[in-house]
Amino acid sequence: MTASTAPAQIRARRRPGDTVFAGAALVGGLLILVALAAVAIFLIVQSLPAFGAKPEEITSTGAFPNFWSYVVPLVFGTIWAALLALLFAVPFSIGIALFISHYAPRRIARGLGAIIDLLAAVPSVVYGAWGIYVFAPFLQPFYAFLTSKLGWFPLFSGPASATGRTILTVALVLAVMITPIITALSREIFLQTPRLNEEAALALGATRWEMISMAVLPFGRAGIVSASMLGLGRALGETLAVAMVLSPSVVVSFFLLRSENPTTIASNIALNFPEAFGTSVNVLIATGLVLFVITFVVNAASRAIVGRRGGGKGI
Amino acid sequence: MKHLRASLAIGTALTAMIALSSCASNEGGTPAASGDSSGSASTSLSGTLNGVGSSAQSNAQTAWTKGFQTSNSGVTINYDPSGSGAGRKAFIGGGAQFAGSDSALKDDELSGTFALCASGSKGIDIPVYVSPVALVYNLDGVKDLKLDAPTIAKIFSGKITKWNDSAIAKLNSGAKLPSSSITPVYRSDSSGTTTNFTDYLHQVAPSDWTAEAGDAFPYKTGEGAAKGSGVVSAVTGGKGTIGYVDNSSAGDLSVVAVKVGGGFVKPSAEVASKIAETSPLDTARGSNDVVVKVNRKAIDTAEYPITLVSYMIACQQYKDAAVGSLVKAYAEYITSTDGQQAAADTAKSAPMTGTLLEKAEAAAKSIK
Repeated sequence: MTASTAPAQIRARRRPGDTVFAGAALVGGLLILVALAAVAIFLIVQSLPAFGAKPEEITSTGAFPNFWSYVVPLVFGTIWAALLALLFAVPFSIGIALFISHYAPRRIARGLGAIIDLLAAVPSVVYGAWGIYVFAPFLQPFYAFLTSKLGWFPLFSGPASATGRTILTVALVLAVMITPIITALSREIFLQTPRLNEEAALALGATRWEMISMAVLPFGRAGIVSASMLGLGRALGETLAVAMVLSPSVVVSFFLLRSENPTTIASNIALNFPEAFGTSVNVLIATGLVLFVITFVVNAASRAIVGRRGGGKGI
Repeated sequence: MKHLRASLAIGTALTAMIALSSCASNEGGTPAASGDSSGSASTSLSGTLNGVGSSAQSNAQTAWTKGFQTSNSGVTINYDPSGSGAGRKAFIGGGAQFAGSDSALKDDELSGTFALCASGSKGIDIPVYVSPVALVYNLDGVKDLKLDAPTIAKIFSGKITKWNDSAIAKLNSGAKLPSSSITPVYRSDSSGTTTNFTDYLHQVAPSDWTAEAGDAFPYKTGEGAAKGSGVVSAVTGGKGTIGYVDNSSAGDLSVVAVKVGGGFVKPSAEVASKIAETSPLDTARGSNDVVVKVNRKAIDTAEYPITLVSYMIACQQYKDAAVGSLVKAYAEYITSTDGQQAAADTAKSAPMTGTLLEKAEAAAKSIK
């Protein structure tokens, strides 16, 4: 026998299930790519006329001399609102996730997990309605208080919005919307902490908090980052809740409590698309392209972080 | 993990399939208009009409659709209230057989071609929906606020910021005006209501309101809110707020009486109908292209100048005669006294009266 006449490889009989499933998986995977490519091509083609748009085609008031002067405040608003939301949601979510995975009695943990998941199922229009009818009027007195007592702090400088429909309210609504995603993912990751590590920490005399900070959190760091990035993605693209709650202007402004707030790309498109015609449609689609690129960058960044930290745990 | 991936892949594929198929079925579910070719001589109509346009007309269109379909059981009319601009765009491109629009066809739109119109024929504007725009406010202890155009312009452009400003006090002698701040609330989405409101201010108080009329609010004062319902909820939920909305959605909010001539007028169907009738028509247009130039500078206290006139846009002559006869019948119903009353009952609009109604009827009859 020589190497060239090696015994024929034993091949498993191909069962119909294998063929069907492999085909379905392949089609599914390809469809995603096709859909993504179709969206990207549509956005790019439709965006081209926007870059030469005249001021009165960008907004009917002609306040913006060119496309970039219009899109920069929108990009700022989109990222600002999402980051604020993340700032509130991440610590809160990690706390809930740790409570469920390491503190709560099992029965309570299960019920609480289900309730948190339920929050994710609430449609964004409901969050928007709640935001504008209940949450904003509820927060307004606090905002008035903040501007009168802490107005020296730049972020809180007045005058406070009379309706409470500010970027801070939007960020809080967004935080409630992304909390379930971040919580659910973090919880799963915390539960996967190797039992031996936890028990070793406890055996060395660590308290429960020390055990968590030494064993659970380092293990889950990559997972927390990727969970936060998923939350950030949702916050960046959220449309209806922002459109309903926010009092928007196309400005770059860091003030949290005023009537004039930076708006987000998605909500700006939603509000202006119905009445847009001609080149102003292209302008709005071009802002959509910018949002597409931002989301892409955010995802790529989170992939990079997860890849570096998590060593391909498939998270 | 492998199982998870497998189920994810299946889930993705299924979702994609469902999404694609539902898309396809949607497109199949809205057939283009088809007239009854066998019985062209008979009066019974059948077919489907698709309209796109103004959300202000939405409730009225629902009433008209219901009324028209009751007497013409073979006809189906779909109205998609996705906005005036979207409506004109769809009509020009051939995606809709008629459009509803808060502003008449623009010159550059009229100079182009219309996909569904016979060659050489253009789109025409027919006034169908008249409604006053109310200034609503929320101010404790003040029930009958009176304002004139310069004061309104100063409030909405941020030159007047306190409720006890001397300009407001002068118009409201006897009222207890607080020293609190005014928060004007405007539409954050582009809207025909904003066009009419800013047109009024620019025409009547040009020195205080320098911005031209437009569907986007021109100043960065106060707060923006999405749609009429958003303005109402912002005004209701805020303190010292004032906003402008279609009168039908003003609800329980206090309404400003606006200075007209020597008196003050609150919005109502009567005063809106009256101004729509007495306002001049745009004489630069064809005889069947009826465009009302609302007389913002009215001085008769039976008229309310912040009134919105919304149009149905149709072809003067359609390529497909069957579509033409359907649109004609529908337009005739809308411009009839019955149709106007149906809209007034459902959408609380102001029914058109007198010469304006006659002009609109004549324009509807001229559709081929």
